[in-house]
Amino acid sequence: MKSPCYRPAQTELAAYELARQFALGRREFLRNAAGLTLGSTLLGSRLMARSGIPNKKRKVVVITFGGGARDQETFAPEGQENIPHLMRDLIPQSTFFSQVVNRGILGHYVATASLATGVYETINNFASLPPEHPTAFEYFRKDLNRPASDTWVVAPSNGFNRIGESSYRSYGAGSGAKVLLPKHLLTAATTGGSDYAHLLHDNYETPLYTPQLGGSEVELQQLENILRLSVSDFKAHARTLSSPDELSVYIARQLMRQQAPSLLWITLHDIDIAHAGAYSLYVDGIRRTDRLCGEIWKTIQSDPEYAGNTTLFILPDFGRDSDDDAGGNGFQHHRTGDALSRTTWMMALGAGVREGVVFDRPVEPTDLVPTLGAILGFSPSLAQGKTITELA
Amino acid sequence: MLPRDLKSDQFSSYPPEAGKLAIDYIGTMRQMPLSFLPSLLREVIDFDFKFPAERKAVEKELANLRSLPTEQLHAWFQGFEQIRLSPQLEQCDWVSAPAQFLEQLSAYLWTTHQVDAFRAAAIQYADRLRAAVPPEPPVIPRLGIAVIGQGVQTPEEPIFRKLKPHGTYFTGINPDGGLTQLLEAVATRAKAHPADFGHWYVDGGAAADHDPRVTCISYRGLEPARQALSVKLRTEIERPGMGPEALRTLLAQLHPADLGLNSSGPVLDRFQLKLLTEGSGTQIFSTTFAQWTARETLRRAQPLTLLVRFAPRQRQKPMNELLAGNADSGDLDYAGSLIDADLGAYYNWINQQRLAGAEQSSFLVWFENHGEALAIAPAVARGAESNAATRLREVLASMA
Repeated sequence: MKSPCYRPAQTELAAYELARQFALGRREFLRNAAGLTLGSTLLGSRLMARSGIPNKKRKVVVITFGGGARDQETFAPEGQENIPHLMRDLIPQSTFFSQVVNRGILGHYVATASLATGVYETINNFASLPPEHPTAFEYFRKDLNRPASDTWVVAPSNGFNRIGESSYRSYGAGSGAKVLLPKHLLTAATTGGSDYAHLLHDNYETPLYTPQLGGSEVELQQLENILRLSVSDFKAHARTLSSPDELSVYIARQLMRQQAPSLLWITLHDIDIAHAGAYSLYVDGIRRTDRLCGEIWKTIQSDPEYAGNTTLFILPDFGRDSDDDAGGNGFQHHRTGDALSRTTWMMALGAGVREGVVFDRPVEPTDLVPTLGAILGFSPSLAQGKTITELA
Repeated sequence: MLPRDLKSDQFSSYPPEAGKLAIDYIGTMRQMPLSFLPSLLREVIDFDFKFPAERKAVEKELANLRSLPTEQLHAWFQGFEQIRLSPQLEQCDWVSAPAQFLEQLSAYLWTTHQVDAFRAAAIQYADRLRAAVPPEPPVIPRLGIAVIGQGVQTPEEPIFRKLKPHGTYFTGINPDGGLTQLLEAVATRAKAHPADFGHWYVDGGAAADHDPRVTCISYRGLEPARQALSVKLRTEIERPGMGPEALRTLLAQLHPADLGLNSSGPVLDRFQLKLLTEGSGTQIFSTTFAQWTARETLRRAQPLTLLVRFAPRQRQKPMNELLAGNADSGDLDYAGSLIDADLGAYYNWINQQRLAGAEQSSFLVWFENHGEALAIAPAVARGAESNAATRLREVLASMA
């Protein structure tokens, strides 16, 4: 993390007002463009319970939208051209929250860990450490007595390999989700040949740091036993892909086909190329992520294990710095902690979710785990967030 | 150690002018909270290598703080005094290594959820400082110029979208000799209003011929330094225990000579080093380099004139290949570079408008070798369009 500048130009009040206006503007646009109606919290309790889907059948897929995306490149009017699939296909079917305010550390690993635990984690973003509080995966397995095969994480990079289970004493090792790292699978299968190097981009937050990726016999066993993929098929398909996130989605879909986990967490990360400062690559990343979200939704709808009983959540882990904050450099980073870098959005769609509704009351990323608990039937006793009643 | 325990000999490792400045103001510094003082020392320790505008700003800031009665000084720092720091931070050598301290402070503030409080204190301090010591207006209105789209025949997306509401969009420019006209305009200003580091030309490729009074930095010119950095990085990354944070610390400790930067004078050599070691992506993408260099030039040197010419960057590839920097012309991403540069031009304008005299400043962006340009100036209509046949020289004259 870079040191905060001590000479920012904009007042905090003005920044938060701007964020609020963005949210309001986005809501108005969505109401007009996508035909959403303004939601009321009075409408929404125990939707999933009333859906008639038995607890055992319920599934949840969470997608973190790619590594920090700003309003103005996504849901603000000028950004909506970058997300045609979300706008055209997904939004009309979704309940949309226009203000998700992240009050924690704006580093991708630690913010994703906070999303997964319902507590603002404070672990070192750059160290290979497990979250300090129990994850949704651990609550899910312990409370519902589910096997390890019923919850998985597909994560982008080296740093995320510990996100499946916490260091919390009564949970921890062996009680959470296994983490699939598609780049490690590919490295193991190909020994990192040049045909695949473009799929192995890692660690955008410090672009110059290019550590060796792991990849071993364990990964090869995962390919064969869990994903039921031969090395040759995997390599052949990987050759058709253009980015690490495409690889992640390919693995996630294979996982859904072979294991059909009830709680699946997919962390996309291509957008974080923004740290290299090339705006076109950042926008390309958003467009790709938009397309991949559409593909995952199609998979959910077409797979008999998932169709009709799955709730999909899509949300960025946080935004990026505002153009107006002199302490940052606009879209490139998320270092200032300004209101726009903290404020983002979330959509939920599928089973138990009202379609075409937008809520602009602030919610927090830490509210996700209690909401997942209410949908799937586990009790995240240590989570600090609140259940989003409009969804559960 | 706390600021109240500061002693003169602790500044012995500072460069000469920086040490003298720190000792001159040690009494005032002793009254500052630890959550603030290292930010100021980070400016002071580099004093010998700062641009004239920065030196003046630091001196004025210190003089202003010294002039404040004790109770007023406390009021200025009230927000910073509320920040809780750890004993470990107090034990850091924040006098000799303020930048490293600030790295640790930043992590600590995020971890303890005090970033917002620190931010609020910083904003309050900056507002007070601006009111007490207003920045000096420039001797002539500033002029910013951006040249974008080198090598692009037809843009895939509309250009100048963010800037159009602020100025007049010209579509009838005669592009012949356009760059030469712009460089001549910069030279004319440099000749008429000579100032150390007052007039700049930044090129994302190889620099074109320019007036020697103009300070010039180019991506191509820094190629040997970028290669030296790449070699150093590849060696360091393979060391056991190396991680992103350790790498950043290592980069912060490099000297210009480590990258062979020793021909532009101590101030500019140091500036160029920081562009490559503090800028993210400046080492691999020429568009990022041009934008970041412009940002830092405006923020630090506060130039009267700044011409930035963006050039096509290498196509995205795995980081090791990007760092190796062996792209040939076939590997260039022209369309993507235009999008990068178009936003870069917008950022240049925003950053220029943060400086004193913004209401009189002018800005011109030209789609290189094409007939399209956009001019922003007090005398130029906003949100307007002109298809009149003209030349860049004439557009510049109409902006004055």
